[in-house]
Amino acid sequence: MDQSNSFRNGPDEDGHFGTYGGRFVAETLMPLILDLEEHFAAASRDEAFWSEFNELLKHYVGRPSPLTFAPRITERFGGAKIYFKRDELNHTGAHKINNCIGQILLARRMGKTRIIAETGAGQHGVATATVCARFGMPCTVYMGETDIERQQPNVFRMRLLGAEVRPVSSGTRTLKDAMNEALRDWVANVEDTFYIIGTVAGPHPYPAMVRDFQAVIGNEVRAQIVEAEGRLPDTLVACIGGGSNAMGLFHPFLDDAGVRLIGVEAGGEGVETGRHAASLTAGRPGVLHGNRTYLLQNDDGQINDAHSISAGLDYPGIGPEHAWLHDVGRVEYVSVTDAEALEAFQLCAELEGILPALEPSHALAHVAKLAPDLGADHLLVMNLCGRGDKDVFSVAEALDVEL
Amino acid sequence: MSDRIDARFRQLADERRAGLVTFVTAGDPNPSESQRLLAALPRAGADVIELGMPFSDPMADGPAIQKSSLRALEAGQTLANTLAMVGEFRTSDDATPIVLMGYYNPIFSYGVDRFLEDATRAGVDGLIIVDLPPEADSELCLPARACGIDFIRLATPTTDDRRLPSVLRNSSGFLYYVSIAGITGTRVGETDVVAGALARIRAHTELPIAVGFGIRTPEQASRIAETADAVVVGSALVDAVEHTPGNAAVAVSELVEQLKAGVLSARKA
Repeated sequence: MDQSNSFRNGPDEDGHFGTYGGRFVAETLMPLILDLEEHFAAASRDEAFWSEFNELLKHYVGRPSPLTFAPRITERFGGAKIYFKRDELNHTGAHKINNCIGQILLARRMGKTRIIAETGAGQHGVATATVCARFGMPCTVYMGETDIERQQPNVFRMRLLGAEVRPVSSGTRTLKDAMNEALRDWVANVEDTFYIIGTVAGPHPYPAMVRDFQAVIGNEVRAQIVEAEGRLPDTLVACIGGGSNAMGLFHPFLDDAGVRLIGVEAGGEGVETGRHAASLTAGRPGVLHGNRTYLLQNDDGQINDAHSISAGLDYPGIGPEHAWLHDVGRVEYVSVTDAEALEAFQLCAELEGILPALEPSHALAHVAKLAPDLGADHLLVMNLCGRGDKDVFSVAEALDVEL
Repeated sequence: MSDRIDARFRQLADERRAGLVTFVTAGDPNPSESQRLLAALPRAGADVIELGMPFSDPMADGPAIQKSSLRALEAGQTLANTLAMVGEFRTSDDATPIVLMGYYNPIFSYGVDRFLEDATRAGVDGLIIVDLPPEADSELCLPARACGIDFIRLATPTTDDRRLPSVLRNSSGFLYYVSIAGITGTRVGETDVVAGALARIRAHTELPIAVGFGIRTPEQASRIAETADAVVVGSALVDAVEHTPGNAAVAVSELVEQLKAGVLSARKA
């Protein structure tokens, strides 16, 4: 295809997707991210790097994850033929580990000896602690106190894996504050420390790097749907917090004009209530955590709290490539509420025997709205990017069930 | 280049002494007390004032300035108020340079052109924007310089000789050397290491160099003042604001007087 018309050329050399992205960091970190960029570029050209990455994905993570037809959900919604991409079956229970494998290999290549990470729901923290255990590297995970309260099982898992979980009590005590604290750690430990960012955000090269490690999701779907149906899908749906699972699924399809792409943000208690995490739906462009993107912010440019039943979507920003894809109209972005996600969570458990995480439950809630109006020959793939075991306590609480 | 900053560093050179740069957060602990505190700083001995523009997510700052920002925001501080504070200060002091320090998003949200227009009118002399590295000069640095507002850059222990020229390229006013790799208010760099770093940087620039991050006591200020052109103190002052509710201007003034004595006690080499 004509490369000048491609949606897959970004970012430019300064890390921009349109006007989004970039490198908005303190001077102390600039040499580090320039160094990281150089090493990532070299690794990207190195077949040995990718073959080690792919080996680990196959034998340690358990990829490829299946593409599963969901017969009873399809029947219930009464329209499109619905497939789940089963990234919840990965080792550690979510897509997050794909990226962690890639980044820890890069950290080793760069001679770094200590790993730090931020986490919201704890899935990225668990995945980071896991690869650190596997490669024998000390690991510190920053997690907001609010998130620690609602994700106790993941906190314990990280500790079992040998990671130190440092509670973050600043700001709103959620994912954004954990990211602030991880950045503060990195600034103070520049010599030996590698920061494994968990989503397609942060300063360049993180958004592109995390996307490239997560693109395995979309690349597998491409091969699997062709094998199952003999053609590409009509619609792809994924949930979005920072947007890494969605970007991993969408990116290989961006230039397939016939494939409709839909990202589902967390509408919390409803976008109209102001208590939500829908940065694209209700935010405006700004600069935070190293990149320009859509942010939830007040009139004075102060970052607003995000709200979602799902800790993994509870972030006031979104990856800069999503911001650009939103503006150019290649991807549609919608939102669903806590209540709708909760209903989808239960439906998936009852009808398909799968407990989805609350994050992909948002994607499924949108599929529920979309699918009935589509024909039976319409192929819809939803990324089931994480499993719901970690959420059973939150769900029980939301349903007023005492455990 | 800002006339006030230029004049002040000329004066310091003539007097053969280092300057004292004081950081406080605009609107901390509340708008009226903050305005009184600002007016008191030059009388207590501040040669240059850094005025923090509070931000909800101060990623490069330690606990003291984080808390200070939150106090100011909770008391209703906005960027517009901060600019108005500078304007009010200028009605009684037209000599002390004021450098606004903070993060880019509130300015981006306000609108760069409108911000520079209002900042110029209020009497702002310089900007330190922590998350705008030289790679992002077209965002604010170049437009600010075009308005005669200095863009003061941070150099850090990780800024090596290869990177220094790009850090210095569009810097003006003075250079702010961060004595440690880390966040504000935590620890201070070793005096001889800082002296070595300043010698290295001076081979690349004529700009005066202020040194900060972690300087809390008159003794530390004195040691740093032996080699630096100016000494920056911030976290210790905002701690004093926190610990003396209702009386911040007096408490901070006392501390500034002590720090100034430390700076003046240093023998210039």
